[in-house]
Amino acid sequence: MKKAITFTLNNEVIETEVDPKWTLLYLLREVLEMTGTKEGCGYGECGACTVIINGQAVDSCLYPVMEAEGRKITTIEGIMLKSGELDPIQQALVQNGAVQCGFCTPGMVMSAKALLDEKERPTEDDIKDSIAGNLCRCTGYVNIVDAIKSVAGGR
Amino acid sequence: MSSLTKVGQRIPKKDAPLKVTGAAIYIQDMKVPGMLYGKILYSKYAHAKILKIDTGKAEKLAGVRAVLTGADVPNNFKFGFLKDNPPLKTGKVLSARDEIAAVAAISAEIAEEALDLIEVEYEELPGIFDPLDAMKEGAPLIHEEFKSNVLKLPWKLVAGDVEEAKKASAYIAEDSFSTQWVTHCCLGTSGCIAAFDMNNNLTMYSNTQIPSLAQNDYLEALKTFGLKNKRVRIIQCVIGGGFGSKLDTYAYEYIAILLALKTRKPVKIVFSREEEFFATSPRQCTITKISQGCDKDGRLTFREMEMVLDNGAYVSWGATTPSVMMVPISSLYKVQNIKYVAKCVYTNNTYSQAMRGYGNPQATFAIESCLDQLAEKAGIDPLEIRRINANEPGEITPQNFRITSCGMKECIDEVANRLDWKGKRGKHNNRGVGMASLIHVGGAARVYKSDGCGTIIKMDDNGKVDVITGSSEIGQGSETIISQIVAEVLGINIDDINVINNDTDVCPWDVGAHASRTTFVAGNSALGAARKIKAQILEVAAKNLGEDPQSLDIKDGVVFSTKDKEKNIPLSKVLRKVHYSLGGRMLVAENFYDPPNENFDQNFRGNLSVSYAYGAHGVEVEVDKDTGQVKILNYIAAHDVGKAINPMLLEGQIYGGGLQGIGYALGERMIFEKGVLKNGNFLDYKMPTAKDVPPVQAVIVETDEQAGPFGAKGIGEPGLVPTAPAIANAIYDAVGVRIKDLPITPEKVLRALQEKGKIA
Repeated sequence: MKKAITFTLNNEVIETEVDPKWTLLYLLREVLEMTGTKEGCGYGECGACTVIINGQAVDSCLYPVMEAEGRKITTIEGIMLKSGELDPIQQALVQNGAVQCGFCTPGMVMSAKALLDEKERPTEDDIKDSIAGNLCRCTGYVNIVDAIKSVAGGR
Repeated sequence: MSSLTKVGQRIPKKDAPLKVTGAAIYIQDMKVPGMLYGKILYSKYAHAKILKIDTGKAEKLAGVRAVLTGADVPNNFKFGFLKDNPPLKTGKVLSARDEIAAVAAISAEIAEEALDLIEVEYEELPGIFDPLDAMKEGAPLIHEEFKSNVLKLPWKLVAGDVEEAKKASAYIAEDSFSTQWVTHCCLGTSGCIAAFDMNNNLTMYSNTQIPSLAQNDYLEALKTFGLKNKRVRIIQCVIGGGFGSKLDTYAYEYIAILLALKTRKPVKIVFSREEEFFATSPRQCTITKISQGCDKDGRLTFREMEMVLDNGAYVSWGATTPSVMMVPISSLYKVQNIKYVAKCVYTNNTYSQAMRGYGNPQATFAIESCLDQLAEKAGIDPLEIRRINANEPGEITPQNFRITSCGMKECIDEVANRLDWKGKRGKHNNRGVGMASLIHVGGAARVYKSDGCGTIIKMDDNGKVDVITGSSEIGQGSETIISQIVAEVLGINIDDINVINNDTDVCPWDVGAHASRTTFVAGNSALGAARKIKAQILEVAAKNLGEDPQSLDIKDGVVFSTKDKEKNIPLSKVLRKVHYSLGGRMLVAENFYDPPNENFDQNFRGNLSVSYAYGAHGVEVEVDKDTGQVKILNYIAAHDVGKAINPMLLEGQIYGGGLQGIGYALGERMIFEKGVLKNGNFLDYKMPTAKDVPPVQAVIVETDEQAGPFGAKGIGEPGLVPTAPAIANAIYDAVGVRIKDLPITPEKVLRALQEKGKIA
C-alpha cells in the first residue's frame, strides 16, 4: 500500500506516493531518477548516498522514506548555485585534484557541505570527522581534506 | 622545455565538474528501454557436487523472463586465461563464488525473489584451502583434467650462479614472508548491460579497463554460442574505480550476454556490495622464501626467491603476476645472480586477479624486509645499503632490462632527508624509521602481443579539437593528461579539446588501462597524432599566409609567423579555408604508438618496458607496546616520474596508492573460512578512512625520460609497492620485532613483542 508524503527536495515541494518499505535513496534514484546520489554499499558504511536532511548529513540508503515527511532534503543535484556556478565546496574539490573516479564524490560533497554550513571555522579534526563515513579508494583523502580546508579558510 | 604552458601545470581534471555535480553516469545509473534485471545464484559451498537444480518455481514467478543454469551455456563455453571457467557451473562447484544459476526479470526485486525459489541439492566435498596442502602428493585435484593442482605456468628465472655467489658472500640473510588476500574495494561496484540488435550484434555497456581485449573475449564467446561474424561494441560508462579489478572479463558479463540472448531484451547486472567483495577477484596471498647476500662492503651478491601463490579455483590474468614480480626480483638494486621460482596453485578459494602493482607489492615486501635483515647482519645502515646498491642509468639488469632514466638515489636521499633519518634512526624508544624502494614498469609493459594505443585527432571549423583515444579514463586522469599533451603541441586551450574515450565503435585499439602505461603509451600516441595534425595545419596556413611552414607556430589558437607576428591567422579560419574551398579536405590525423619494448623470451628475459619507474618510501612510526598499535607519524613517498605532466593529478596517484599500501600493510585482509568470505562488507574489512591518513608528503623527482611524452614515465601503480616493507622496517627500528606476515595487526605486534621478551 502506497502512502502519500510531502517534503521539500532541493527547495521544491514534492508530493508523492511511496511504498513505506522504500529507503529515501530508492525514491531518489529509482523513482525520481535523480542518480547523482550514489549507492556504494546499501548499508550505511560508505557514505556515497549522503544527502542533507534538515542540515544533517545522512546516509539515504538507511533512511526510511516515510521519515522524509515534512523535512527539508538537499541532494547533490540541489547545491549548484542558481547562476549555474558550482558551490564553493564543489569548486574546491575540482581545483584541488580531489576527484578521481568520482563515485564517492557526491556523498563527499554533501558531508563537507553539511559541515561547512554548520561550522564557520572547522578544524582539521572536524573535517576528517565529517567525512570519516565517506569511503574513497582513489585519492587517499589528502586532496579532499585540503579542498574542504581551503573553503573553510577562505571565508 | 621551459616554455611549456600546459604540460607541467596543475590543471584540474576535465571530468571533475561532472563528478562533483552528480552528473556523471556510471553503470549503476544507466537504463536502456525495455531493460531486464539479472541476478546470479552462487554456490553454498566451496567444493561440492551439484546433484540437482530445480528452477521450476523461479520460472513461474510473475515478472521472471528467463532462468539459466550451466545446462544452458552453449558448447561447453569457458573463459579465462586458461579457459577453465564456465560462466555457469555444471556437475561440480570449485569455489563459494561459483555461479549456479541466473535470472532475468522485470525488476531487480523480482529477480532476487526468483533466486530464492531455485532449489539446489549439493553433496559437499572436502575442500583444499591452503596452497601448500594442494601441492602435497595425493591431494585431491581441483581440476581433475589438469592432473595437478600446480598450474602449468613455469615461472622460473635464473641469472648468473646463485650457488657460487652464496659461497662468495660475506653475509647472507634468509627468511620467509607471507601476504594476505586483499580486494580492490572500488566504490562503484561491477556491472554491465548486454544488449543485442536484431542481427545479434552485441552492445555491452561496461566499466571494463580493457575495452579492446574485452571486445575480443565477447566475440569469442559469441562464436562459441554459434553467433559467427557478429560485431561487439563496448560503451564504457564513467568507471567507479579500477585498480586492476576490471582487467579481465567475468562470469557475470557472459551471464548477462546469455540472458540477453535468451530474452531478446537488454539485461543489466550490477553487483551488490556483498557480491563485489566475494565475487570479484582479489590480490592473491603469497608465501615467499627469500635469501639475499652481500659482500663485506654491502654490495649485493645474489637474490634467491621461491614463491607459492594461491591462485584459487580458476585462472585469470592474475596468474601471470609472477612475470611482474620478476621486475623487482631481478632488477631492484644491482644484483647479478638471481634465482626465482614461483608456483601458482589451484585451491577451492576465490580466484585471484590483477590488482594495482600486479604482484610487485608481494615480492617487494619480502625483498625489502630481508634487505634490512641483511644490512643488520653486515652492520651497515639500511639507508647506506640501499645507496650502495641503487640502480643507475645505463645499467642492463640480469633480466635484460635496459635502464634509461633512473632517479632511485635521489628518491632515497629525499626520503632520508625529509625523515631526518640520521637523527631518528636506531633510538629504539618505541619510535623508529624505515624505508623501502621500488622499481616498476614505467614505460608500458609488453605482456600482450601489442602494447599499443591509437589516437585520432580531428579539428572542426570552429578550431575545436576532438581527440579520439583508445585509452580508458578510470579516474586516474588520462583524459586530462592527453588533453594537456595535445594542447601543448597545438597551442590551444585545454577547454577546446574534447576527449572521446569510451566507445569501441569510434575509438582506436588499446591494450588497456594497466601496467601504469596510459600516460606513457596513450600520451605518446596522442603526442604523435598532435604533431601530425599540426604539420597539416601549418601547411595550410603557410599557403594562406604566403610563408614557409617551418617559420610558423601556433599559440592561443592562432597560427603566426615566428619572423613577423603581424602575419597570423586563427585556427578556426585555417579550418574554414580547407573545408569551404573547392576540393576541400578534413584535418584529421591518426597515430598508433606501440612502444619498442620486448615480450619476455622463454627464459623470461627481455626489455619488458621502455623505461622503469623508481621510488622510495620512508616512514616514521610509533609503536604502543601495551596495545600493539602502530601509529604512522610521518610518511614520505618519493617517486621518479620522469616528468610530471600534471603534478596535482600525479600527487593524487601517490596519495591514493600510498593509502592503499597502508591499508595493505596494517589492516586489510579478506578472511575466509572453508573458502567462504567472512568479512565481505565495509564494517569488517578495514579499508582506510579519512581518519587513518597520516601526515604524508608526495615528493616528485624528475629525470626526463627521453622515450616518454615530454619526459614522463608511469605512476599509476608505484604508490603502494614499497609501503608495507617500509612500515615493517620502521617497526623493527622502533621496537626490535619484525613482522613477516601481512597485515601487521596489533595482535601480531604484541605476540612478537612477547616472544622476544620485550614485554611480559
